Amino acid sequence: MVQYSRSHFDASFAALSDATRRGVLEQLGRADASITELAGRFRMTLTGMKKHVGVLEQAGLVTTQKIGRVRTCSLGLRRLEEEAAWIERYRQLWDARFDALDTVVEELKRQDRIGARKKRERGYP
Amino acid sequence: MKNSTSVERRSERELVVSRTFNAPARLVFEAWTKPELLKRWWVPKSFGMSFVACELDVRVGGGYRFEFGHEASKPMAFFGRYLEVTPPSRLVWTNDESVDGSVTTVTFEDRGGTTLVVMHELYPSKEALDATLAGMEGGMPETFAQLDELLVTLGGSG
Repeated sequence: MVQYSRSHFDASFAALSDATRRGVLEQLGRADASITELAGRFRMTLTGMKKHVGVLEQAGLVTTQKIGRVRTCSLGLRRLEEEAAWIERYRQLWDARFDALDTVVEELKRQDRIGARKKRERGYP
Repeated sequence: MKNSTSVERRSERELVVSRTFNAPARLVFEAWTKPELLKRWWVPKSFGMSFVACELDVRVGGGYRFEFGHEASKPMAFFGRYLEVTPPSRLVWTNDESVDGSVTTVTFEDRGGTTLVVMHELYPSKEALDATLAGMEGGMPETFAQLDELLVTLGGSG
């Protein structure tokens, strides 16, 4: 079962609040990269970049894998996408119901207007 | 023009569905509380299912029971009790078909000719809400088809 929580979303938003981290995500969207490569591209120390990647990783936005001595980073959006897809399916279910409810409500409105007109014709207030 | 439906997970245990309807609250409320009206929209044609039973006793402590399915011989049952009934602005009911069922609160806010409907579902745990959402996987009719199969399996083994 995929874990999901409000704190998970909060972590995502906190992770995205930093320009460097957004840049890293953009970069990883184009191709996977090692921490050394990312540090070089964003003119940062290795330690500084490791911190940023750690924040992104905790938010589930990035996954890292150590192969030999190189830690490779890639986009880890799957978890968020999956959650969003679930919510969207639930929305579609209710949207279909509510479209049908619109039809019922429109019919009630028509009957209501006819009822009001008849009352007036009969001389009720 | 069609109004849009929004869904928001407000916390670990809460889901909120909202939608505006172009009618006064008393008419929208009527469509939620009269069985002959409710059964026309709760299971729309696109679900590919039909109602077998739709019973509502809309008063505090009164029960409701919906049964619908792909085949009339194997319906799914949904039932619970009304905790609050305040026409035409508020309904609260329980969902007792599962221990993970939510308490549903629906408010009807009249905004001068249009009505904002907000449906708030409070689940007993984060896991219960996760499970409901995960049940959406593959869409609703498929989910029910899977459940139908499961019930047949369970029935066969019993």
